[in-house]
Amino acid sequence: MDLTLYVWRQNGPEEKGKLEQYAAKNVSPDSSFLEMLDEVNEELIGEGIDPIEFDNDCREGICGTCGCVVNGVPHGPQEKTTACQLHMRQFSDGDSLTLEPWRAKAFPVIKDLAVDRDALDKIIQAGGYTSAYTGEVGEANQTLISKPDADYSMDAAACIGCGACVAACPNGSAMLFTSAKIAQMAVLPQGAIEAAERVNSMTEAMLDAGFGNCTNHYECEAACPQGISVKFIAKTNREYVKALAK
Amino acid sequence: MQMLQSSIGRKLVMAATGMCLVGFVIVHLLGNSSIFIGANGINAYAEHLHALGPIVWIFRVVLLGLFGLHIFFGIQLTLENRAARPIDYNQKKNIRTSFGAETMIYTGLVILVFAVYHLFHFTMHLTNPEISVSALPMDALGRNDVFTMMILSFQKFFISSIYVGAMVTLLLHLSHGVQSLFQTFGVLNGNTLPIMEKIARAAAIVIFVGFISIPVSILLGLINV
Repeated sequence: MDLTLYVWRQNGPEEKGKLEQYAAKNVSPDSSFLEMLDEVNEELIGEGIDPIEFDNDCREGICGTCGCVVNGVPHGPQEKTTACQLHMRQFSDGDSLTLEPWRAKAFPVIKDLAVDRDALDKIIQAGGYTSAYTGEVGEANQTLISKPDADYSMDAAACIGCGACVAACPNGSAMLFTSAKIAQMAVLPQGAIEAAERVNSMTEAMLDAGFGNCTNHYECEAACPQGISVKFIAKTNREYVKALAK
Repeated sequence: MQMLQSSIGRKLVMAATGMCLVGFVIVHLLGNSSIFIGANGINAYAEHLHALGPIVWIFRVVLLGLFGLHIFFGIQLTLENRAARPIDYNQKKNIRTSFGAETMIYTGLVILVFAVYHLFHFTMHLTNPEISVSALPMDALGRNDVFTMMILSFQKFFISSIYVGAMVTLLLHLSHGVQSLFQTFGVLNGNTLPIMEKIARAAAIVIFVGFISIPVSILLGLINV
């Protein structure tokens, strides 16, 4: 299949960027979206043009490194799928694809489609930790956790931190990411010690990094490759009220 | 004070003030509905309200405060949220959100302008003084004739269209706002959110139909002097 790409090209964080048109020829429907970009880059290098920079690492859908906005949707049209797991069979011969980076003040463009997501790490640093026992090694099953709580925590912990929620949010908010990181600890006994500080410091770090506020559009949930639910945002709001009472 | 700088704190203020304002809107609608009983209904209702004296003023001040907070934080949060994406997408496709959610700031501002007009019209009698209660004779029982004022007002197509138009924006605002406030209060989970979205939309439609039934009934001549 042959496709027309409109790709955001930008040389650095301070440079002005623009969409450039490229042709992707003879693309196999079985290739992944990133493999398609690899092939386009081979062509560009052959023509002496700077290849398109894009983030990628594991290419197995688990690391959260890849991602760009494809035709207005983070990670492309397939639900609960990262860009690396998106296959070209999702598109048709002759399609035009517009590729843009995650757009947020907190995510400066490094080059082309690659953005700097340090801001998400800043949120984690602000409260994504628990106090740990430093004495002798305890019994493995000493801390009891109910199955529903363990499942709930694991569902929140499925977040791979790709930033698609921010890219999708009309407000450029990182609330789904932040609340997943708060909720995964909020239901566990290990998370109880810092619970009140955590919700305050992590949401404050979110605003400080330049992310917007959540206004319940739920675009984040729709774009999330891991299907993280906005119920964790409601949980975070509850945690905030509990912290107020402290 | 820290709460008024926090992202979730301000969201809670929006939800709490929003919930009170929805409560006011519902009470207001129930009061207005007394027009369907006839002149005796709404004129007696207006008389009782005025008889409350200072309580009315306390109520007005509280309402003004709620409106003020809701508007102030609504604008502040909207500006912050816009600043969070300085370079916009060339192409952006929203999947989940609604037209009501995307236009909250605009529908909110239209409702503000309408509320001012509404006060000028029915409370201060500035926009159409010739058909206000101060210009009309008292009713048979010596009460302000609110009934006739409403009928003469809404018989004017222009005034009725302003009211119906404003109620369309209220419908849009509430279609997002009502479910959003429950999510903000954290009382929803993955299973109850979709149900609440439906209930909230239905409630917004009921409120809309309730309000427009008055000017529409008058325009159609179903209620007459």
